[in-house]
Amino acid sequence: MRKQKVRFLIYPCIEVNTLRFTIKNNILTPFLIEKPQESRPISSFEAIPQPPLNETYSFNKKLQQFLHGKQLLLDDLPFPIEEIHEHYENGYILYRKGMTKEKNKSTCARCGNEDRALFVCFPCARCDEEHCTYCRKCLMMGRVSACTPLVSWSGPVQTQSDNQRPLKWNGTLSPGQQLASDRVKQAVTDNTELLVWAVCGAGKTEVLFEGINTALAAGKRVCIATPRIDVVLELGPRLKAVFPEIPVAVLFGGSEDRHLQAPLTIATIHQLLRFYKAFDTVILDEVDAFPYTADDSLQYAVRQSRKPVSSMIYLTATPNQKWQKDCHNGKREYVTIPARYHRHPLPVPAFKWCGNWEKALKKDQLPSAVTQWIKKRLETQKQCLLFFPNIDKMDKVLPILRKLEPKIESVHAEDPDRKSKVQKMRDKEVPMLITTTILERGVTFPNVDVAILGAEDRIFTESALVQIAGRVGRSAQFPSGNITFFHYGKTESMVKARRQILKMNEEAKKKGLIAY
Amino acid sequence: MLIKCLICHQEISPVVTWSSLWSKPEENDLCKKCSEKLNFIEGEACEKCSRPFSGLDPRYRTGNLCHDCTRWNEDPEWGSSLERNQSLFLYDDFLKEAIARYKFRGDYILARAFSPFIKSKLQTLDFDLLVPIPLSSERLYERGFNQSAALIREAGFTAAEMLKRTHAEKQSKKARNERIHLQQVFQRIADHDAENKKIILIDDIYTTGSTLYHAAKILKEAGAASVCSLTIAR
Repeated sequence: MRKQKVRFLIYPCIEVNTLRFTIKNNILTPFLIEKPQESRPISSFEAIPQPPLNETYSFNKKLQQFLHGKQLLLDDLPFPIEEIHEHYENGYILYRKGMTKEKNKSTCARCGNEDRALFVCFPCARCDEEHCTYCRKCLMMGRVSACTPLVSWSGPVQTQSDNQRPLKWNGTLSPGQQLASDRVKQAVTDNTELLVWAVCGAGKTEVLFEGINTALAAGKRVCIATPRIDVVLELGPRLKAVFPEIPVAVLFGGSEDRHLQAPLTIATIHQLLRFYKAFDTVILDEVDAFPYTADDSLQYAVRQSRKPVSSMIYLTATPNQKWQKDCHNGKREYVTIPARYHRHPLPVPAFKWCGNWEKALKKDQLPSAVTQWIKKRLETQKQCLLFFPNIDKMDKVLPILRKLEPKIESVHAEDPDRKSKVQKMRDKEVPMLITTTILERGVTFPNVDVAILGAEDRIFTESALVQIAGRVGRSAQFPSGNITFFHYGKTESMVKARRQILKMNEEAKKKGLIAY
Repeated sequence: MLIKCLICHQEISPVVTWSSLWSKPEENDLCKKCSEKLNFIEGEACEKCSRPFSGLDPRYRTGNLCHDCTRWNEDPEWGSSLERNQSLFLYDDFLKEAIARYKFRGDYILARAFSPFIKSKLQTLDFDLLVPIPLSSERLYERGFNQSAALIREAGFTAAEMLKRTHAEKQSKKARNERIHLQQVFQRIADHDAENKKIILIDDIYTTGSTLYHAAKILKEAGAASVCSLTIAR
C-alpha cells in the first residue's frame, strides 16, 4: 500500500457527526451536528439547486486556486465547511451528487463505475442510513458514497497569459514531424480532435511543442495524460525544460504536486478522476496501452476532465483495428508520421516457424532455429531482447540460456529488480535480456536485435507486435537491426503487424521521408 | 454468477467436488491465493495473548507467557482485567495492507473477508455479549463505520455498544509506554447491563493490548463476570 496521504479535517473547530442535507427555497443546506427529520443524504434529492452567481461576493482566492477545474471531496478541502458552503450560496461552488441512481442502477459520478459488483451497501455512520452505498472502483482516491457531495468551483477563473511564446526550444523537426506539428497546432486552435499516428521512434513528443505553445499563449490549460507512470516521469522534466517559465504539475499516485494548479499538467490518466471540466487541450499519449483501453472509468475520467469546448489530441504508434478503420473511412481526423526522425525505414519482422517449441521446452530444449539466432548474437556481441508470452515459459528457458551465457537476465512486471536489470542492459553489462511484454513499449536500447518466441500467442496482438518490432534500430548511429518472430503457426495479428510496418515504410518513401 | 475475490479482485473459480455438488455452497469471498496468504496463528503461543513463540527471543518468554503478559499480570490494577486475548492471524505485510484498506480507506466490505473466520471462532467460545472497541466520533465520521462493530455484524451477531471513547488521539502514533499509562480512554454507556455477563471484546489488531485492557477494566468494574478479547491480527 502507498503511504497514507495527508487528510485534511473539514471542520477543525466543531465536531462533525453527520452529513445530511435539506433543500429549502431552492437552496441546499448541510446538517453536520444534529439531523432533523426532513434531512436526507445528498443523493436522494432529484437535483441539486445551483444559486445564481453573486458578482459582488468577495470570494476566497485560495479556494478558487485550490478548486477550479477539480472535483474533490469535502475531506480533501483544507477550508472550513461554512466557508465552502457560503461560496455555494453565492454561486461560486457547485455541489454534485457523488452517486446517482436510476432504476436500481447506481453510477459513481466521479469514476463512472456502473458495475454492480463494485458497489457496496453498508450502514453508514456519516449519513446514518442503514443502506448507504459506496464505490469500490475509485476507493483509493477517497471514498465516494451516496451521501458524498462532489465539490467543484463554478465561479470565474482567470485565463490570461502574458507570455506570447513560452516555448524555448531550438531543435528542428523532420518534414514528417513538421506536418504533424502543424496539424496539432490547428486542432488546438480550432478545438477539434486529432489522432497522431506516429511510428515507433518518430519523435512524437517534439511534435506537441508548437501546439502546447499555442494553447499556453492563448491562456489555455493543457494536460498530457498517459496510462503509464514511466511516461509521466520521462515527460515531466522534458517539458519543464522546453517551457521553463511555465509551472508544470506532474501528477501520479502519491506525487507531491497533487494540489498544484498549473497551466500545463502531466498526469497518469487515473489522476484525471480528480478533475472536472478543467482542460482546454487534452493530449492522450499511448491511447492503445493498457489499462486505458480495458478500463471504462479511465475513458470516463478523460471525458470529465475536458471543458465542453476543448481540443483532444490522441497519440499512438499502434491504433487498434476500429480506429484504423475509422481513419481510412474518413470518420476520424488523423495525421501519420510514417518515418522515424533519423529517416531510415522501419525494420520489417521476419517470420520463422520453429515447430512445437512448448513441447521442446518440456524436454529442456530450445528449437534449434532459436538457439542459432541467439548464438549468432552472442558471438558477434550484439545485444538482444527475447520476448515470451508468459513468465512460466520464460522461467523455463532462462536456465537453458544461462548454459550458453551465464550473464543473461530475465525481467517481468513484478520483478523487484526490473529497473536495475534494464539499466544493466543499457550499460551493456548484460548481453541479452529475456522478457515478457512489459518491455514492449517505452524502453529504448540504442543497438539491439529482437526476437519473440511463441509469436502466435494471443497476447501478441497486432499492436504489441508492432511495438516490439519498434524496439529495433531506434538510434541514428544504429538505424537497422534484426527482428524475428519465431512461431508455431502464423497468426492474423502477425500478418497485420508486418503489413502495417510495410505500409508505413511505403508511405514514408512516397512522401520522401526516407533518405536511405 | 462470477464471484471476485474481495482482496485481489481476481475471479474465484469454484472448486467442484462431489460434496460441493450436493451440499450448500460455503460462503467464501476470498480466492485461494489470498486465503493462503492469511497466516493463521498456530503452534506454541502465549497462553494469555496468543503471541506466537516461534521467532520470539526466549528471553521474552516466561513459561507459557510472553514478557508483556507477565508484566501485565504483575500489575495488581490491570492484571486481572483482561482474562485472555485470542487472535486469528499474524499481522504480516499482507494483512497490514488488507486492514489498512479496510479501515483507513474505508472499504467496508473487507469485513466479509474476515467475518467467516470470526464466526467460526466465536462458535467455539462461550459468551453473553460481544462488545466492539469504539471509535471517537471524529474518527467514526472520517471512516464512516466502526471496523470492530462491522466485523461483529458481518459475522452475523449483534454488537453490544457498551463503551464510548473519551479520548480522540490516534493510538498508532504513540509509543507503548505512553499508551499503557494513558488515562482511561473509555466510558461506559449505561444501555446494557454488564452484571455477571461473560463478555468478548472485538477489535482488529492486538498490539500492546493497552486498548483492550482499558476496555476490559471498565467492564469488570461494571460487574462483568469475565472479559476476553478476539482480534483479527496479532
